[in-house]
Formats: sequence, C-alpha cells, structure tokens
Amino acid sequence: MDVLYFAWVRERIGMPRERVETDAATVADLIDELRGREERYAVAFSDMGAIRVALDQDLAELDAPLAGVREVAFFPPMTGG
Amino acid sequence: MAVRVQDADFDLAAELRALRDGRRDIGAIVTFTGLVRDMAHGAPIDAMTLEHYPGMTERALEQIEAEARTRWELQASLIVHRYGPLAPGDQIVLVATASPHRHDAFAAAQFLMDYLKSRAPFWKKEGTPDGGRWVDARDSDEEALARWKA
Repeated sequence: MDVLYFAWVRERIGMPRERVETDAATVADLIDELRGREERYAVAFSDMGAIRVALDQDLAELDAPLAGVREVAFFPPMTGG
Repeated sequence: MAVRVQDADFDLAAELRALRDGRRDIGAIVTFTGLVRDMAHGAPIDAMTLEHYPGMTERALEQIEAEARTRWELQASLIVHRYGPLAPGDQIVLVATASPHRHDAFAAAQFLMDYLKSRAPFWKKEGTPDGGRWVDARDSDEEALARWKA
C-alpha cells in the first residue's frame, strides 16, 4: 500500500510517501511495524496522541482494519482556516 | 455549492458576483475571510506555508459543505482555501453562504469555518525569526466544533 506523511510527520520521517508491503491487520499494527524499522519512524510516532490517520482519504481511528486499503496517510492534528 | 483548493489568491468581490449571478431569490450572503497575521503567541511571524493533502482536502471540504446544506437553508455556498507559501496580510480562506434568511447564512458560515479548522487536512507552518514552527491544533477549535454536535 501507499503510505503518505504530512507536516512534521513527513519531516521526521524524511519523505512524503513510500510504498510499504505489509501484512499488518490494523493501523496500530502498521505503526508498530514501522517503528521497529528505523529510529526516525520511532521518533515520528513517539506521541500517538498527536497522530491522525486517514484510510483512502477518510479520517479513521488507530485501531481501524487495513484490509482492502490502498492509501494510508499519517499527519498531525489539522490546522486549516 | 463549490469548493476550490488553490495556491492563487482570490478576489472577494468577483467571487461574490459569481455566487449571486443572475439570482434574485437570495436574501442574505455572509462571507468570512481568513488572513495571515504578523504575530502569534506574542512572537513576530514573517511567513506562513500551508501544506495540504491533495484529493482528501477537496473531499473533506465537500463533505463539510454537504453537511451544512442538510442543516440550513442554503441557496449557494463557496469555500476557497489556499495552500503554499503566504505572507502576513495574505488571504488564506474564503467562506461564503447565501440563504433567503440571515440566520441560516450566519450559522452555516460559522459551521463551515469551525469544521474546516480541524477537519480539513491542512497544516500551517509559521516562519519566525527563530526558524519554522508547525502550528499546534488548539483546544478552543475542538470546543468550537463540539457545539455543533448537540
């Protein structure tokens, strides 16, 4: 699936998007998998209260299942307007 | 009913003319324009960059606009939101709502702004003399949203 990062999550991970092959069942599982990869992911996902997620461009919860999802996006709380 | 996400500036008068073009049934139009301020938390701001999530942004704004239409009698509405590098004094966002009655136009405009503040995927980074700083979401914005849920 495609994993996208925005704002300071993007800056901490160091890229705007990547292709991830994963068997993670939920968003939380995917985050655990990424955290285990490299320090920069652990840093980006250190404060889960400040992480929001969208699945195929709809806001979702961290325990949401990933089955059938093509695009996952991680970002901080939104600050529009 | 329209949503636009763009890097270019907008012209309020031209947008209003287009919104009411040829119509004689509109009784009230409320507009809100959000601007980049030159101060935040007592510190000077010399630039602001708005990042967004292309695709999801338009979707989120359309959903928010559709929700407003179920709550109030709206004859027309418009959301224009900019992204990219901006400077103090620049326009960021325009919301316009048209209704036969002022109450609906006022309430819908406020609702649209409250929602897009924390539910549309935009992120602001302020430029300060000490470097760039991502703007934190504010509890007061969540509280503003909560009152519409009652």
